[in-house]
Amino acid sequence: MSDVVERTLSALPGLLGQHDPGAGPGGGPGRFSATSRLGSLIRSITALSSKHEEEKLIQQEQTNLKATVSAPTTTLRLMKECMVRLIYCEMLGYESSFGYIHAIKLAQQGNLLEKRVGYLAVSLFLHENHELLLLLVNTVVKDLQSTNLVEVCMALTVVSQIFPREMIPAVLPLIEDKLQHSKEIIRRKAVQALYKFYLIAPNQVQHIHDKFRKALCDRDVGVMAASLHIYLQMIKKNASGYKDLTESFVTILKQVVGGKLPIDFNYHSVPAPWLQIQLLRILGLLGKDDPRTSELMYDVLDESLRRAEINHNITYAILFECVQTIYTICPKSDLLEKAAKCIGKFVLSPKINLKYLGLKALTYVIQQDPNLALQHQMTIIECLDHPDPIIKRETLELLYRITNGQNVTVIVQKMLDYLRQSKEEYTIINLTGKIAELTMNAVFSVGGDVMHPDIPNNFLRLLAEGFDDEKEDEQLRLYAVQSYLSLLEEEDTFYPQKFLQVMSWVLGEYSYLTNDGDPEIIITRLHRLLKQTFVTSETKAWIMTAITKMSSRMSCSKTVDKLIQEFSTSLDTCMRQYAFELKHLCENKELMKKLLPLDASCDEIMVDASLSFLDGFVAEGLRCGAAPYKPHHQRQEEKLSQEKGDMSSSGFTGRQSPAGLSLGSDMSGNSAEIGQKETNCLKLDGVRKLWGKEGYLPKKENKTGKEDKTQPVPPDSILMGHVVDPPLMQSEQQVVSLSEEEKEKKQLASTLFVGLGSNSSISLMGRADTINQKLKKKSKISETQNSEEASSFQNIATLPFSPLPDTAPNNKENFQGNEHLGLRKVSLSSSEVLEASVSFDTSQSLREAGLDEKLSNCRLSTSSLFADSNIEVFQPPKTVPDIVARKAPLSLCLPEELAGHPHSEIVELCSCDILTVYSCKVWTDDCSLLVLFVANNSTSPLKTVNLVFETTEHFKIFESLSCHFPVIEAQSMESCQKCVQLEKVCTEGILSGSISYHLDMDTHLEFSLIFSLSDFIRPMKITTEDFGRLWLSFSNDVKQNIKMSPSQGSLSIALNALKQKLKLHIVEIIGNEGIAACQLLPSIPCLLHCRTHARTLALWFRSSCSALPDSLLYQCQKMMEES
Amino acid sequence: MWQKYSSRLPASCNKQTISEPNRKMIKFFLMVNKQGQTRLSRYYEHVEIHKRTMLEAEVIKNCLSRSREQCSFIEYKDFKLVYRQYAALFIVVGINETENEMAVYELIHNFVEVLDRYFSRVSELDIMFNLDRVHIILDEMVLNGCIVETNKNRILAPLFVLDKMAES
Repeated sequence: MSDVVERTLSALPGLLGQHDPGAGPGGGPGRFSATSRLGSLIRSITALSSKHEEEKLIQQEQTNLKATVSAPTTTLRLMKECMVRLIYCEMLGYESSFGYIHAIKLAQQGNLLEKRVGYLAVSLFLHENHELLLLLVNTVVKDLQSTNLVEVCMALTVVSQIFPREMIPAVLPLIEDKLQHSKEIIRRKAVQALYKFYLIAPNQVQHIHDKFRKALCDRDVGVMAASLHIYLQMIKKNASGYKDLTESFVTILKQVVGGKLPIDFNYHSVPAPWLQIQLLRILGLLGKDDPRTSELMYDVLDESLRRAEINHNITYAILFECVQTIYTICPKSDLLEKAAKCIGKFVLSPKINLKYLGLKALTYVIQQDPNLALQHQMTIIECLDHPDPIIKRETLELLYRITNGQNVTVIVQKMLDYLRQSKEEYTIINLTGKIAELTMNAVFSVGGDVMHPDIPNNFLRLLAEGFDDEKEDEQLRLYAVQSYLSLLEEEDTFYPQKFLQVMSWVLGEYSYLTNDGDPEIIITRLHRLLKQTFVTSETKAWIMTAITKMSSRMSCSKTVDKLIQEFSTSLDTCMRQYAFELKHLCENKELMKKLLPLDASCDEIMVDASLSFLDGFVAEGLRCGAAPYKPHHQRQEEKLSQEKGDMSSSGFTGRQSPAGLSLGSDMSGNSAEIGQKETNCLKLDGVRKLWGKEGYLPKKENKTGKEDKTQPVPPDSILMGHVVDPPLMQSEQQVVSLSEEEKEKKQLASTLFVGLGSNSSISLMGRADTINQKLKKKSKISETQNSEEASSFQNIATLPFSPLPDTAPNNKENFQGNEHLGLRKVSLSSSEVLEASVSFDTSQSLREAGLDEKLSNCRLSTSSLFADSNIEVFQPPKTVPDIVARKAPLSLCLPEELAGHPHSEIVELCSCDILTVYSCKVWTDDCSLLVLFVANNSTSPLKTVNLVFETTEHFKIFESLSCHFPVIEAQSMESCQKCVQLEKVCTEGILSGSISYHLDMDTHLEFSLIFSLSDFIRPMKITTEDFGRLWLSFSNDVKQNIKMSPSQGSLSIALNALKQKLKLHIVEIIGNEGIAACQLLPSIPCLLHCRTHARTLALWFRSSCSALPDSLLYQCQKMMEES
Repeated sequence: MWQKYSSRLPASCNKQTISEPNRKMIKFFLMVNKQGQTRLSRYYEHVEIHKRTMLEAEVIKNCLSRSREQCSFIEYKDFKLVYRQYAALFIVVGINETENEMAVYELIHNFVEVLDRYFSRVSELDIMFNLDRVHIILDEMVLNGCIVETNKNRILAPLFVLDKMAES
């Protein structure tokens, strides 16, 4: 089908000139009526070659349209055409608001199709809040009451597309009535309209919830399906309110899956796939965290998995949704197992879309089941280097979910690699945010105090200045606040000072973002920290600043009061001062709010350029605060700050403390405005100052605001520079020391997947409960050791998937080797077939004359595959299957009824210790048969052997894509045959599939083989007259001149060569001209006319199929070149 | 300068935008040809007209940059593009992260099959000359960003009625 579309679409350029005057479908206007104005507009549009031309054309068009739509003589029919032209103008990006009102008029006055187009134009032109929309309401009300069902339908459609919220009451009763209508389409559209209302004004449809239930139980599938959209939304909001419906949804899904729906709901013989997907989504929401509800759906999920066995994209879509649901609801082990297998199939698939889906599913389930990542680690590693950046990015997303303290450096490195290549801005922003998240927790908690002081500074700057996307920033900040809060929940845990400082800054600055966090609680936690002995005074200063910021946002707080009391008598002068400041600020909330505005950490700092006030202040300060006009408390502060003048380690002095200064300035009677500016500046200044240590900030107190404002460093370079480099070098060295690429990958795997799995799981992401372990302070060395230990442990645990060269026992190595061997064999055999099919009959293995001779080209080299020497090359002598492989072919032979037909040599497709698959192509007159032999090499019977082909666009396999052998006895063989047809013309294509069997465990082997066009070509025996008649009736033709080599000599020699290879039927040869015919199975004819002239051979193909001549010509050329 | 920042939305507004779920599973449906000319566009979320042309240009640039071996899904800004190519025509659907890519990929094909049935072998010109009808078909299938009908008979039924009435 798609093929048909493709071909007709590709023929477009040719069609453009010759408009078909024939009537359009359903008797509408001509299919391409070139005479109309619309027609000429379309022609001009297709002929456009520049943006400038387009502008000119559309402006002209708009002028014309403006005149036409406002002319009173314009008929409705013409108006309808004008609307379509207007739609074109808007589609190309030229606003045509002059026509909007006419669209509404057309909807009002038009007759059926005109009315529909009017409504369509309205829905395309206007948006939800457009004022003109109100003018539509009357028309809609009138149409809803119409006796003409078509009009009712249109009105309902437009209502569910676009309708002013405030006018809902005007139509709601009418639409409710339609729920009882006898026609399904009316009921269905009414439900859709109600869905729209639910979206824009949920309260207005609250009273009709019982009617939704009725719709859900409607006897018509369409109405039921429409109601599911409403239910999905409602359940998303409040799952607990709809648990009683679970059984209904399950029953519906069962019926759908069981094929109880009318046949026209099928899509490619899958029953109502999109409906299934919708139901699965709903079930997932209902079953989440609810064992009892989940219980109800296990059966139907199992059935869905089972039923979706056909290899088609749409079943993959269903399977994906199924897997997601299974992992969302309360787990059931056998379902999980099946889902995991399904994911495995996706991830391993050569189909890129399926691989993407597999990675997405894996990303979704990985947090619940990290072992799954271990199983697929090699695939994941391969995907990391995938040429498709989208696949790469999805893989990074997956890794992001499994990041823990031990693998964070490697993963961040991978992300940075990607970042360097990525050009798209959004990706960069998004990924940088993630890197920041990963690094901040992992690095801060592990690296702790030994880190360079710039790192936390830069991180905070990243957080504060944010990216361009406001929403993204908010989320990152919110995430930070939440994760820190959960960290602080733990009592008596030790955190590095730097980490605590970052935490308190973030909490102070952004804790208002959380809905659930009562500021009182946060303050209590911070307060608790203050009393800890391990917290240094520098950190305490950070915490106090945070508390000050937070208290500005609340009216009063007991904790704050308590805290003020406690610390005003503290021995630590710093703390005392802070408590003092806080107290004063609390007394003057107004000032406090101005002083500490929300989310102002990035605000431009305003410094009073003249510094007049500050000069005085500094001068006064130098004079030890003796000036009479200063209030008492400020003098005292200054004294205090002098007392502790040597406390330079904390990086600030009393005078620089943000709040103290502001307080002083405000009270000293200077202009409030300046005071405010100052405080703004200094508040930030104070915070910044705290980030740095020795020498980071200049000593001159009041200028720091300016000087501190250094150019923000791009976030990625910060991270590269400081966070990642040292560990990266380490990992690079590791990798370099291992020569082979495979080893590298395994090494990478071991670093990436360390810490995953059953007991060592300490994921950082969103797991507050395990964070304890990870936060134990370690020196860097011991940390590395630990992770190395863990990684080797991990490798032993998951040996079959990632044997490290040094730790893996030998036999495992062999296993690995075998797998590779299998793969190589497959590719080898297929490439040989390929070669063989193009080389000419030099083979001695020809057995039959005639057609067989022509067809035997495939068997040439394959016989050697079973010779000892050939096997030796790829297989170490010790390994198991070679003996069997040598024996097996002896018993291989085609069934009698096929043995008489020309066929290829029997070749091995794939094999393992247990079984071997051989294939043979048989070319009968009317089809190409593929005979497959499955040999059981083991000594025990094999049960449930399933052979499945994948769907490809090129080939079609008859009856079914799969082949099932209930049992294959030990040392015996079963065979099956499939008829293969070329679905889409190509010169060569790969047919791949897999075989699975159960012996102790499920095993899965993949294979592929090549079919070429010539496999599907048969001679067509026709007479010269027939040829002439057919020749004229075909429109697709291809002509080409080919140089002939001297050896090819005359026409008859060349033609005979072609005849043998391409299986042509030579109709007649007259002199230097010849004609031949063949057909592509089942019966697409292709004719060839050739003529020799000097040393060239002019080939002229004609066929009813457009792609065939091209492909045949290609084959001819190839053959002529080779012979 | 700092007034600029203080005039930002109050925190409560921001919170709302965060919690507001992105309900429109399908954000837009486009048909664009290889030359980058839009043949059909339907937005299920309001996008300003000049932003549409920019978006469409970006979208087709993204699609054209990909080879057949690469997957048909593109992560683009905060949403995803699912595209399918039919000869010189790309059909691109923008979806949010909760929508099932493969389901949309097949939805596109279903749409083309419906067009194919209605026009009996659809071509790009059919779509251009019958833009209104193609829109009507699409409106039957996707509404409000949701897939509402996939049964071909039912999708085409209203249009067939309209055609019949126009004839008589």
